[in-house]
Amino acid sequence: MPDSANILNALHAAQTRRRFLHSAGYGIGLAALSQLMGNAKAAETSADAVILQSGKPAHVPSKAKQCIFIFLEGAPSQLDMFDPKPKLNELNGQPLPESLTKEVRFAFIKKESAVLMGSKRVFTKHGESGMVFSDYLPHLATCADDMLMVRSMHTDQFNHHPAQLSLQCGRPFFNLPTAGAWLTYGLGSESQDLPGYVVLSTGRGTSGGASLWQSGFLPSTYAGVLLRSQGEPVLNLANPPGLPPSLQRSGLDALRSLNQSRLETVADPEIASRIASYELAFRMQSAAPELTDLSGETQATLEAYGVNRKDPEIKASRGGGPGQYPAFSTSCLLARRLIERGVRFVQINHASWDHHSNLDNELQHNCGMADQPVAALIHDLKQRGLLDSTLIVWAGEFGRTPLGENRMGTGTVTGRDHHPSAFSIWMAGGGVKAGLTYGATDEIGWSITENPVHINDFHATMLQLFGIDHLRLTHRHQGLDARLTGVAGHVIPEWIA
Amino acid sequence: MRLVKNRGRVMFVVTMLVCGLATALVAAPPEKIDFQRDVRSILAEKCIGCHGPNHPEAGVRLVDRASILANGESGQPIVVAGQPDHSELIRRVTSTDPELRMPPGEKPPLTPDQIAILKKWIESGADWSAHWSFVPIPRPPVPDEDAAFADWPRTNLDRFVLRELVARKWTPSPEADRFTLLKRLSYDLIGLPPTIAEADEFVKDTSLDAYEKVVQRRLDSPHFGERWGRHWLDLAHYADSDGYEKDRARADAYLFRDWVIDAINRDLPFDQFTIEQLAGDLLPEATTSQRIATAFLRQTLTNEEGGVDQEEYRVAACFDRTETVGTVWLGLTIGCARCHGHKYDPLPHQDYYKLFAFFNNAEEENDRWPVGAEALAGLDRDRQPLVKAILARKQALAAAEAAWETAERQKLLDTTDTKLSEESLNIVEVTSTALPEEKFEFDAKAIRAPLTPRERDTYTIVGTTTGTITGLKLHALPDDRAPQKGTGLASSGNFVISRITLTLEQDGQPTRDIPLHRATADYSQTGFAPTQVLPDAPDSRKGWAVGGKVGEKHSLVLRTKESVDIPDGAKLRLVIDQQYGSHHVLASFQIAVLRGNARGLGFSDPTLITALDTYPEKRVANIKRQLFDYYVEQVVRDPELAQLDASLKQVDDQHKARLTMVRTISQPLLPRMTRVFHRGEFLSPREEVHASAPQTLTKLIPRGDVPDRLDLARWLVAPENPLTARVAVNHTWQRLFGHGLVRTPADFGVRGERPTHPELLDWLADHFRTDWKWSRKELIRQIVLSAAYRQASIHRPEYEAQDPTNQSLFRQNRFRVEAEIVRDLNLAASGLLSPKIGGPSVFPAMPEELAKLSYANNFTWKNSTGEDRYRRGMYTFFKRTIPHPSLMTFDAPDANVACVERTVSNTPLQSLTLLNNESHLEAAQHMARRALSPPATPDDERLVLALRWCITRSPSAAEVAVLKQSLDSGRDYYRDHEADAKQFGGESAVPDHSFADVAAWTATMRIILNLDEFLTRE
Repeated sequence: MPDSANILNALHAAQTRRRFLHSAGYGIGLAALSQLMGNAKAAETSADAVILQSGKPAHVPSKAKQCIFIFLEGAPSQLDMFDPKPKLNELNGQPLPESLTKEVRFAFIKKESAVLMGSKRVFTKHGESGMVFSDYLPHLATCADDMLMVRSMHTDQFNHHPAQLSLQCGRPFFNLPTAGAWLTYGLGSESQDLPGYVVLSTGRGTSGGASLWQSGFLPSTYAGVLLRSQGEPVLNLANPPGLPPSLQRSGLDALRSLNQSRLETVADPEIASRIASYELAFRMQSAAPELTDLSGETQATLEAYGVNRKDPEIKASRGGGPGQYPAFSTSCLLARRLIERGVRFVQINHASWDHHSNLDNELQHNCGMADQPVAALIHDLKQRGLLDSTLIVWAGEFGRTPLGENRMGTGTVTGRDHHPSAFSIWMAGGGVKAGLTYGATDEIGWSITENPVHINDFHATMLQLFGIDHLRLTHRHQGLDARLTGVAGHVIPEWIA
Repeated sequence: MRLVKNRGRVMFVVTMLVCGLATALVAAPPEKIDFQRDVRSILAEKCIGCHGPNHPEAGVRLVDRASILANGESGQPIVVAGQPDHSELIRRVTSTDPELRMPPGEKPPLTPDQIAILKKWIESGADWSAHWSFVPIPRPPVPDEDAAFADWPRTNLDRFVLRELVARKWTPSPEADRFTLLKRLSYDLIGLPPTIAEADEFVKDTSLDAYEKVVQRRLDSPHFGERWGRHWLDLAHYADSDGYEKDRARADAYLFRDWVIDAINRDLPFDQFTIEQLAGDLLPEATTSQRIATAFLRQTLTNEEGGVDQEEYRVAACFDRTETVGTVWLGLTIGCARCHGHKYDPLPHQDYYKLFAFFNNAEEENDRWPVGAEALAGLDRDRQPLVKAILARKQALAAAEAAWETAERQKLLDTTDTKLSEESLNIVEVTSTALPEEKFEFDAKAIRAPLTPRERDTYTIVGTTTGTITGLKLHALPDDRAPQKGTGLASSGNFVISRITLTLEQDGQPTRDIPLHRATADYSQTGFAPTQVLPDAPDSRKGWAVGGKVGEKHSLVLRTKESVDIPDGAKLRLVIDQQYGSHHVLASFQIAVLRGNARGLGFSDPTLITALDTYPEKRVANIKRQLFDYYVEQVVRDPELAQLDASLKQVDDQHKARLTMVRTISQPLLPRMTRVFHRGEFLSPREEVHASAPQTLTKLIPRGDVPDRLDLARWLVAPENPLTARVAVNHTWQRLFGHGLVRTPADFGVRGERPTHPELLDWLADHFRTDWKWSRKELIRQIVLSAAYRQASIHRPEYEAQDPTNQSLFRQNRFRVEAEIVRDLNLAASGLLSPKIGGPSVFPAMPEELAKLSYANNFTWKNSTGEDRYRRGMYTFFKRTIPHPSLMTFDAPDANVACVERTVSNTPLQSLTLLNNESHLEAAQHMARRALSPPATPDDERLVLALRWCITRSPSAAEVAVLKQSLDSGRDYYRDHEADAKQFGGESAVPDHSFADVAAWTATMRIILNLDEFLTRE
């Protein structure tokens, strides 16, 4: 590439990036600034990230612009939701041949006496595609022709927190950016008044905590902002009690004037960023409450999402206390409102789906909670013409075993253990191949028999849906051009419509 | 107005970028090629990703002179010295054939400049020198005086800086004004603002050493240790909790934090500082303090998730220790070699595990140590010889113990009986103390107690069995006769078993007690755990109960401590004591004996059996300790060790020692073998390796046959080590200039950036380890006394474009202070700050919902009160999964890995925190009261005072006027809104001032506390 082209590219990158940072409302931070201007190396790296989006060397055409990532913490049972195994039901109560379990690790199952556990669910085909859902998911089943079902996911991690890090960050380590942070870093946010990466959390809290929406080695600008379910939606959003908006405004004017005068004295552009940050903060003070104010939603919408539902009478305990049904419904509705307001990445976390025991009741409870509002979200986005540009992902950190869990010290077998070697996730919208069921597992759901998909492949394809080459969305960290997919990952073209 | 300004800035940025790149891209190749500066960077960036030290493509390695003069697989010499045209390297990078051109595929080709440099380098002989950071640290000569700037340098250090500036035909910035200098020194050295009195005194002080005196005062301040201690804690990745799912609190963590503060305050030389943290326990006369220092190695995460393989996380902790040492002392990305040979640096896969071996042979020790002042007094002197003797005795017993373990394990493997089975006790007689006249019905399935009301009761069951028993099982059975159809006779249907004892009887006489332990139950009511039925449980009235599930069958299992052979004709006498009261006695129940699980061993304790069942190489420290203690106490009953333990206890009792469980590191009793893990996977061990230093660095010479952590620590700080001093100096420089001389402080390898001032770095590093005797304070003093440090930080548009990140140091830097210091400055300016140093971590206000997010609600954040509400930010309890949001919003590190450089972001969430957070509002309220405390003072004077608490300098009239206007609008509003005034400004009255006035002042103070200038180190 001749020099002039290099300069032009970098220039273009700077402008685009500047525009993104600016349209994100984030003042260009010192870190971002030095990335841009520090030296040719750094500029090249961050330039790459931006050129991709501006399509400057043209990459794949893409539809997805925004993402809603529904994360079912604890790992839901694919065998009771998406991946029916009649043979497993037949073999209910039988042991597995040792050859299968020999090399496998379990968290709690005792291999010597473990037996297969069939599913009590009834599975039926839906839509023109004939996609299969269990009787726990009647609403999602109505979206069959909008969804891409993947039955052949696998991960390397076997305990919750490391596997959750893998699902969000590509590898089971700390200090890595999540997929949401990478996308926001690569694309910026189009929201003038809200952060680019927003996290909604219901349930009892994820075991991975804030590490599941961290920015890792990327600047903290790209970390998810937790939109809280109670009280003010963003921490410290409201003026202190007794301070009227008029004084908040005049106070900010005074602050701006003093900061401005310092800027004129010391000429440090970082002060301009600080001024911009205060202005965005001020805009957020009205935008965020407006976001969470659902009074403008029609009764039909509220009902479709089930915002005012009551929790059912089911003997289930792991969901995180009463009020999960309306809370999850509200999260789904807020997700749509965030998408409408230009937020790049919305992450809905719900814990817990870790059903080592009492699986039938627990799953019935959680499915009942998620089924209706998630289906409503898909229909709603579609009706508003937003589904094509919004990728919805539904995933847990791994799957659950076909073996029943015979944990030491418990008499009856009513649940399933961790199963990283085969599980199901689904996606909708954002240009995924709708109606496709991809990959397959063996007769009992133990191993993958067709089209295995590693977490890194999933991430690579997810970025591709946004027009980003996962090999080129990089950030220099500890001497390496680090990326979401680590050193692996292959795009799966069959997933892309 | 705002838009226009922003657009202006866009253009500004773009212009700078063009100039910056233009300079970089079109510069002609330099006159004389400097391999390090010119060539290595091209190879590192473009070539050695594939042609590195390990597994190179096409057999072509570009890592040293021999490798470039060799032939590749194609048979062509890669480089022919002096002949670029005959060098395959040049042919490939200039080729127009896409099949041949390097770098291949879609990777961008080399620029013409880069090609020109490579050609010129080969032409001039293709000299090669080792990577700069791997060569011994020289003592570079101090550059000659520069006549044009003879007055500028204050120290030798400045001559190095000046030389670079002069080479660019640039000038240094003038010295900052004294207010700025004082504020800078205060922020940098103690993290607190200076007082106005100090500032005025300094400005008036005309003595030549006025500045030196301030520096000394700051270095002597006890807050110096806090400020620089926190920097070190970033590297140590210190936290107050375990991490991972359960993320339990570590109540002892602060002891290490306090050790760091103290060590830095007493200026423990960096070499000793290093040795104590990595190997304090191995020092010949190790003190308690030195042992606590090893908690540096205990800042690793602990995963207590159910079902984890403990060995996996023991290995993970050792990985962390290895990589932390690599990062903190060597500045190398050693972690890259965990799974395969390092792609860029000469670190083979095996070298990683040679370093890992040091930590693989370090044991986590959770022992009780004296803490506090006692540790420094005579106690330590009396205690340490005993501690040492105990360890020596244990080591002497270790081999025999290992042999015993092996033998017992073999017995275990040889026995097939692994199942625990139960069998009903043949009941002979059941009696009751409360109802001596009444009869109990019983058969093989159940014993049914009479319903006669009684507060308490003790049942005695006599029965027979044969063979060997290993435990006892009591089934409490739901009874239709009982209230609520429960298992007990209380009105709730509940019972409480307060004690169970078992005796062997022969011929109607008790022959011996059968000790029971390991009480477990399928269910127990909260507060009524099964273990409370054991004889050593503290409260003899409480016990096991089943409230909440009284209508179901429940089972209690008790294990005998050893297998018990029941002689023919003997009887078992079981006494079930039920002293809770209110009719909490059993209604129906069944008694069974347990068999099995003894497996031919001399004991039946399932914990020990589980321990032996674990593969020896997978036994974590606490499992090993269980086996060892059992061996010492039950098998050999070693008198010497018992005597030593007793003596230690005596010493502790004499001194009334306050012992606290402390996480430290110690040496294992027997060495653990280290193997290379294929692809870093702990389940794939390969060849054995022995502890040693990476081959590419200086040789490690151990004291004995086998190198240990002490040898490693001494090697790190040995004069020959090329990295430690450079890395440490760079860390220090970074804190005082915002950037290191090496801009990649975590990577001194070939992919890292070269120092901006290589000779200055070496000059400082060399002095640090020799003349300055590793004194941190001396190093800092030398740097802050320099003219380079004292420069103004005002931006200089004439240079910014060409050097936008100020690599040449033509000015000082401005940067926002760290998260903890944001809090400290607020508290200090408002007058709220508690100056207390050290002690357990504290809990500043945090929203409840956030604390709740942590796993399973296992933790409550209880907001601190009193003085602890106003402690410095570094004392905030750091829970890894839910760190305090005010810290994280300002880029505090997550404490999961060593953090060498914090990011400095600038976000609206920071603005919202500073504007609206409860703690910050409280500071504004208090500061308002502070400003109003001088009697009868004009507003303007009060405003000047308040401003100066934050920005030190005297504000301009215009600045005061802006605030005065804000004050007046506040007064206007609050005059008519007294309720708001009280809410916002606080309820406590201020003499001579209305609530409206206090609220208006609070609003104005809030603005001052948000000033960029206040939160920025200038």
